[in-house]
Amino acid sequence: MPRKTDVAKLEEVGIDIDAGSDSDDNVTQKKANRRQGAGRGGARGRGRGKKTASEDEDEDEEEEDEAPRGRRGANRKKPVKKRGGGNDDEDESEDDAPKRKRGGAANRKKGGKAQDSDEEDSDAGKGKKGRKGGAKKGGKEEENSKGKKGDAKGKDKGKDKDDDKDKKKKKKKDGSSSDSNSNSDEEEDSMSEGEMARLMEEVEEKKKLIANIRNKPWRMKRRLVHLKEAQAFVDKFEGALGKGKGRKWYAYKVMMTKKWIKFQRDFENFRTACIPWERKIKEVESHFGSSVASYFIFLRWMYGMNLVLFGFTFGLVVIPEVLMGLPYGSIPRKTVPRAEQATAQDYSVLMDFNGYCKYSVLFYGYYNDQRTIGLLKFRLPLSYLMVGIGTFGYSLMLVIRTMAKNADVGGGDGDEGEFTFAWKMFTSWDYLIGNAETADNKYASITTSFKESIVDEQENQKDENIHLRRFLRVLANFLITCSLGGSGYLIYFVVKRSQEFANRDDLSWYEKNELEIIMSLLGLVCPPLFETIAELEDYHPRIALKWQLGRIFALFLGNLYTFLFALFDEVNTKLEEEQSIKNASIWAMKEYYANYSRMVNDTEAIPPPMNPADVIRGPCWETAVGIEFVKLTVSDIQVSYLTILIGDFARAVIVRFLNYCWCWDLEAGFPSYGEFDISGNVLGLVFNQGMIWMGAFYAPGLVGINVLRLLSSMYYQCWAVMATNVPHERVFKASKSNNFYMGLLLLVLFLSLLPVVYTIMTLPPSFDCGPFSGKQKMFDVVMETIDLDLPAFMGTLFSYAANPGLIIPAVLLMVLAIYYLNSVSEAYQNSNMELKKKMQMARDEEKNRRNNTDSTNQVMKDLEDLLPNRSLMPPAPPEPEKPPEPEAKPTKAKAGSAGKGVNLQKDVSLASPNPNARGPVNRPPGPRGPGPGPGPGPGRGRGRGPPPR
Amino acid sequence: MGNKQTTFTDEQLEAYQDCTFFTRKEILRLHGRYRELAPHLVPLDYTNNPDIRVPPTLIVSMPELKENPFRDSIVETFSEDGRGNQTFNDFVDMFSVLCETSPRELKTIYAFKIYDFNRDSFICKEDLQQTLTKLTKGELAEEEVALVCDKALEEADLDGDSKLSFSDFENMISKAPDFLSNFHIRI
Repeated sequence: MPRKTDVAKLEEVGIDIDAGSDSDDNVTQKKANRRQGAGRGGARGRGRGKKTASEDEDEDEEEEDEAPRGRRGANRKKPVKKRGGGNDDEDESEDDAPKRKRGGAANRKKGGKAQDSDEEDSDAGKGKKGRKGGAKKGGKEEENSKGKKGDAKGKDKGKDKDDDKDKKKKKKKDGSSSDSNSNSDEEEDSMSEGEMARLMEEVEEKKKLIANIRNKPWRMKRRLVHLKEAQAFVDKFEGALGKGKGRKWYAYKVMMTKKWIKFQRDFENFRTACIPWERKIKEVESHFGSSVASYFIFLRWMYGMNLVLFGFTFGLVVIPEVLMGLPYGSIPRKTVPRAEQATAQDYSVLMDFNGYCKYSVLFYGYYNDQRTIGLLKFRLPLSYLMVGIGTFGYSLMLVIRTMAKNADVGGGDGDEGEFTFAWKMFTSWDYLIGNAETADNKYASITTSFKESIVDEQENQKDENIHLRRFLRVLANFLITCSLGGSGYLIYFVVKRSQEFANRDDLSWYEKNELEIIMSLLGLVCPPLFETIAELEDYHPRIALKWQLGRIFALFLGNLYTFLFALFDEVNTKLEEEQSIKNASIWAMKEYYANYSRMVNDTEAIPPPMNPADVIRGPCWETAVGIEFVKLTVSDIQVSYLTILIGDFARAVIVRFLNYCWCWDLEAGFPSYGEFDISGNVLGLVFNQGMIWMGAFYAPGLVGINVLRLLSSMYYQCWAVMATNVPHERVFKASKSNNFYMGLLLLVLFLSLLPVVYTIMTLPPSFDCGPFSGKQKMFDVVMETIDLDLPAFMGTLFSYAANPGLIIPAVLLMVLAIYYLNSVSEAYQNSNMELKKKMQMARDEEKNRRNNTDSTNQVMKDLEDLLPNRSLMPPAPPEPEKPPEPEAKPTKAKAGSAGKGVNLQKDVSLASPNPNARGPVNRPPGPRGPGPGPGPGPGRGRGRGPPPR
Repeated sequence: MGNKQTTFTDEQLEAYQDCTFFTRKEILRLHGRYRELAPHLVPLDYTNNPDIRVPPTLIVSMPELKENPFRDSIVETFSEDGRGNQTFNDFVDMFSVLCETSPRELKTIYAFKIYDFNRDSFICKEDLQQTLTKLTKGELAEEEVALVCDKALEEADLDGDSKLSFSDFENMISKAPDFLSNFHIRI
């Protein structure tokens, strides 16, 4: 080689090398400046750039005389072009360097690639890239036209470059995992923003996978493997994702999230461990099916609710009064009157909740009307009223929330009658049944129901004597109305009588407890009576059950309201009585003072206060009402427990042991064992709760009694049902009745709300007992608080709010809102129906189009996966239905390579394959993998790459 | 469990909790139940994932499954070899799917597998007949069975190929009011 050219070349190369190193420096600096800006591609480019530069020397020796000028020209042109195109200094220099480098390294594909990757990776902004890309292209053209020998190579390069670009883009889309794979060592120090976003997305996706993995229809083994992979991936890359200063914070955040998840899980574990009676209910469930268990679950729910109510009442009313209020015997309302003191401790008196019981924290009358008590200045009267109202508020909220939740779980409401047989076939077996007897009953009932349906199907409308049946139904309803009316009158009569009795002292035990006994008896006798009458009607058993429930409900409700009206009568007489007593009491007080001053003969002396036991009291109607409710509740408990003891336990014992010496088979024949009466028990529970709601305001202790009752009844009834009852012959479903019970509860809640609110708002409280004594109305305590404790403007605010001018528009607004919401929901319903129809049509259409033998649905693939693993299976006799499988397998293999586990959830929810999505599958699977559907998006192919290490 | 020896490592328990609807305690209890089935076969120590299969005859004898007419099909569906031999993983999987909290979609998929007795990915007429026979203990007459099967197909089969594909089944089940409450086992 001639020396001269050598030198010239060296010069050139030197420039090139300088430029190369310069550019490298630039890049590094820039990288530092832009944090991760240049990215790992830059690093790679750097490495390769150097290599290229050194290689260039060799190459240039060969091409030396041909290329230099053109190349130099190109070199010179490009920057100029650049300068014209991009004003941005940084941009320019960044591009400058690689371009010059390329000028030197020229035709090397590698160099080009490195550069490309450099550029592409470092450019986050699209616009910037576009601009640059344009400039580059310009440069390229220039080069092509100018370069003499570099012509062909330039073209080559251009092609290469384009290819590379394509590849890069592709890679960007789908191969980030492989990218990150190959460069994981460089990952740590530098990462481009775009890539980071990608990685972040991927991590998010993996996280989602971890969260949802339990919902995937995979084998556990596969699930565990996927979980491990995903977790490893997340662990590895999550920490690397922060940038600069933010990284620490990010790592911290990630750590905290992990901790939080762990904590949540532990808490969940703890919470489920805290749910009581899980095993007990499970045991009942396996013996009696879900319907009986539903009663116990309902009982448990009630217990939970009452526990909260108990917490409120005791925490905010009873305990403050006990701890901070005046002690027993300090004031008249907290003392047993002198006349009663002799018998106040008798057992019979205490059992009637008189004597000491009556003057205790259990009842309304005991509470004092001091505005604040104790050192804490606890506003007891206000708290009393608030708890009374809050009880209702909380219960209402809870019931409605539970109902909404139940309705949600219920899923599709189902068009009745559409799938009678299919449903019967696939959903009628109760998988919970684990007891042979129950199972036998269930078999029998399923068979019967099938037969019924068959008969229904065969002779759809065949009524032999419709007139007779109609007559019988009318008759039955007439009889039931009569008995309902009769029982109502009976209760009214008894209440009236008990008012008479209240004035007398010579009462027998029966006369004292007549009311409770009669009510319990009615509750005991009427339901079976109704059932007998209902035989006349000959309804379908499910409808009959509804009627039965409705009638018992009506009976209970009638009794309750009769009782309430009688009680109100009593309250009114007491209120009248109170007026005179009030006067008498004041008069007696004056007389006492007058007597005192006369006896001491000193008008100035302050007389000692009167003994609280001697003060004349009013009747205190609130306490009387409270006592009535408590008595009713207690007698209800007694009756229901005795019923179980006699009706179930004694019967079971007799049937079991007398069977050895009896003429006929007692177990199979007439008395047999009792069945668990679900509807009766649930209704009993519901009405008991109604009593509690009504009575709790007048007797705070009632909630405590109820909690005890529910607790004991849980154990007692669990024992009773397991020991003495047999499973139902007709095991009826629990799922639907659940919300039905809740609906009853809501109705009862509303009905028990009425009287309490009425008394709070209209009746004047007693003058000498209870937290509201001395006030005109109970809610005056709120007004007082507003006036005295809150700032003045609040008072005016409230007075404005209470103005009818505001209330009437508010009511109107609410009515409008209801109307609006109603029409909106109707519209939704309509569109729902429309959509349903459309879906049905689409499904049909698709079905017609689809060849039924092959199924490319993702779900179908999962189903295929769940097929027994053939490799594990010993050579079994070949199944006759083999053909469809090989057909389905290839598609699975193809599409399986695509989105395995990425968009699976979506596919599952869609459930039917998108016919369009199958287009690309037919193409041979290239390196790219089939891009499914029109919108692959960045997320689609993410999981396609080999799993990251 | 009250055992001093560890049955699972913490990681295993975490993984199981991620993959199932169970709490830690329930997984340990499940292992207890699993071990109860074949005490000589199943070790207490599961930290190294021993590959042990319990034969279907033992699994079917669990009180939870004993009375179930579809017990054999259930056990086979959830076993990896398709013949009812279940590893602990399969066992956990089974009860996880059948537990109360698992979603309707998942349950539907497995219910389809369970009722697909001949494993051809379709519920065909024979499957229906078999289901019905199991459900009623063969109490129905021949023509009644045929009628019921025809009716069920007529109702649920949307594409008219006289067998139920998964989407048919899903469509039908998604409207069933009792499916969720009945298709679960408490362990």
